[in-house]
Amino acid sequence: MTIAWNDFTPWSALVGGLLIGLAAALYLLGNGRVAGIAGIVAGPLRALRSGTGVALEHTRLLFIGGLLLAPWAWRWFAPLPAASGDVGPLALVAAGLFVGVGVRMANGGTSGHGVCGLGRLSLRSLVNVLAFMGAGGLTVYLLRHVL
Amino acid sequence: MRNLIALASGLLFGLGLLAGGMTDPAKVKGFLDLFGGWDPSLAFVMGSAVAVGMVAFAMARRRTRSWTGDRMEVPDDTVIDRRLVGGGVLFGIGWGIAGFCPGPALVAMGGGLASAAIFVIAMVAGMLVHNRLLPAR
Repeated sequence: MTIAWNDFTPWSALVGGLLIGLAAALYLLGNGRVAGIAGIVAGPLRALRSGTGVALEHTRLLFIGGLLLAPWAWRWFAPLPAASGDVGPLALVAAGLFVGVGVRMANGGTSGHGVCGLGRLSLRSLVNVLAFMGAGGLTVYLLRHVL
Repeated sequence: MRNLIALASGLLFGLGLLAGGMTDPAKVKGFLDLFGGWDPSLAFVMGSAVAVGMVAFAMARRRTRSWTGDRMEVPDDTVIDRRLVGGGVLFGIGWGIAGFCPGPALVAMGGGLASAAIFVIAMVAGMLVHNRLLPAR
């Protein structure tokens, strides 16, 4: 294993994590809810299907609105950081389907189990994090170094 | 008030993802790629987020109501089963292919990244497929 020192950005990573943690803390202490993005997206979908209407899902929709607006707020102060994908639309669709099914099966992903679950020292969440980290690492290994 | 808190939380969460580099699929894959040149940055993102989260959950444990007066709804599920592990594996495969997970994909979509929008649409479809095929636990 070699470390890519040129890509390593520890300070912005720590600041980013701090903001994410504070956001999760605000949502938890303020509204009494866990800031798991998968669950926040799934809530309005479930409401839509069960016919109870999305009106009850205002808070979740506003959280999603905040995520969507974040790049606009960022642009007031600085140019957006670069974001480059290297996969085509078919791979994106496959990846999105895997992620959508996977986070619902496990009832959470990077934020729900990763940030919040580990934050409350849940063994269940640790198992999920190890599963997705392992599978993610193996997938990148196969795609970059084997196939 | 709870709506304002939700909007502010989402905004702050999104800014954190941007600052931490989570919205860049190349950066995410650099973290997942242990056998290329490894970029450990995202472990620092997660580490500091979890550290703040620990304080928040310790504070939450001593409360029965949130600031807005809602009941605290902290998950207490401890079940470790095939669904938890299988879901994690599927999620990890998708994460490894695209370099997107749900939050950063939504933020990148908000910033106008077309590939993120394609991913998000497929992700929502995946959630709907799940709800149709697998019964709620």
